Amino acid sequence: MKEFKVTPIRNGTVIDHISVGMALKVLKIIGVKDDVNSTVSVLIHVPSKKAGWKDIVKIEDRELDPKDLDRIALISPNATINIIRDYNVAEKFIVEVPNVIKGIMQCSNPGCITNKDEPVEPEFVVESKKPITLRCVYCDRVTTDVAENIR
Amino acid sequence: MDIVSIRDFSREQIEHVLKLADKMVPVAKGEERSVLLEGHVLGSLFYEPSTRTRLSFECAMTRLGGRTLGFDEPKGSSVAKGETLADTIRMVDSYCDVIVLRHPQEGAARLAAHFANKPVINAGDGAGQHPTQTILDLFTIRKEKKNLEGINVVVLGDLKYGRTVHSLAEALAMFGAQLTFVAPPSLQIPKEHLKQIETMGHKPKISSSLEDSIKEADVLYVTRIQKERFPDPAEYQKVAGTFRIDLNALKDVKRDMIIMHPLPRVGEIAPEVDATEHARYFEQAFNGVPVRMALLGLVLGASK
Repeated sequence: MKEFKVTPIRNGTVIDHISVGMALKVLKIIGVKDDVNSTVSVLIHVPSKKAGWKDIVKIEDRELDPKDLDRIALISPNATINIIRDYNVAEKFIVEVPNVIKGIMQCSNPGCITNKDEPVEPEFVVESKKPITLRCVYCDRVTTDVAENIR
Repeated sequence: MDIVSIRDFSREQIEHVLKLADKMVPVAKGEERSVLLEGHVLGSLFYEPSTRTRLSFECAMTRLGGRTLGFDEPKGSSVAKGETLADTIRMVDSYCDVIVLRHPQEGAARLAAHFANKPVINAGDGAGQHPTQTILDLFTIRKEKKNLEGINVVVLGDLKYGRTVHSLAEALAMFGAQLTFVAPPSLQIPKEHLKQIETMGHKPKISSSLEDSIKEADVLYVTRIQKERFPDPAEYQKVAGTFRIDLNALKDVKRDMIIMHPLPRVGEIAPEVDATEHARYFEQAFNGVPVRMALLGLVLGASK
């Protein structure tokens, strides 16, 4: 019998094939914080057939909105989302980089107006999806390092 | 319609502004009267010192029959009490018909445009954009050289941090000018901008020697090398000395070569050059008036 380090969940969302080391940032991006009322399991550095190593996140009793999940593609382009209902994969999809990013990261330019106390959410236009290149809508600064700038 | 970045303009739109500005010259000189913007109010918000930009906007508005209100330093306004830019903009938005903003933070004009209902004109945001300067530079070059296609423009000075130089370079490339960037290696134009310019037109030349490039120049665009960029004052003196334009440096230049500078200058161009037929920086400063008149007329819907 196959041995599971973490048991399958009955209902909820499993985010698989997260780039290794990015699991905690994924939680941040999708807004899962300490106010959840179900179990969240995070697996870091798990052997993967595809990529050598990967991270996995399992969120029980909660089906996350695919729209929010596309943001994961910014730091983990190969992640897959599995919606689990009664131990079965009810829906499965691959994340896709959105065209506009709002609110989840800050501008890498310290002189950018969005880094001052102004009532605006930082906003970025995705100029290239591979490799990921974002341009700040306000100051035009281009950044390729998303993980570093997540708020 | 806001004017935040030169990238918001197409070549046709810039051509249109240049044509309109040409028609404004007699009014800008005070030879003709105009009431084009009578009854209109310009909100002029300068969070940073500026002489030319602020005065030429005020002059442009006044010459067209409009009025200006605002401040030229945040001290004494509610900004000094810690008011956000967003709040100041929403307030001023209700007092005027068009807002002109100079601010030390990059992206400030875009933010202002976001909160204002009235048009916002960027008069410089930190190291960011300064689109009206770019248009007046183009206006000056076109006036002298008629056609921008294929002319040799040598851009000299701090090309790394001077981002207004980047906007100008992109605009010139869009019009088909041949660019040469002359700067000490530590202040040479960043690679990503060079790439951007290459995709727009001719491949620019890079040089660290003014002597080699100046002979071929139709336009020499000089910018200030800022002292604070150098950790070592001796290094600054050396670089500043190498790139100083004086009569000696102009020995072998084309007869109709023109010298431009956004001003203020601090020693980059010797005063003795002012009297030569090459100097155009004061005309350039004047050209800010008709260009800003054209832009004000357009954003306020008085010109088409």
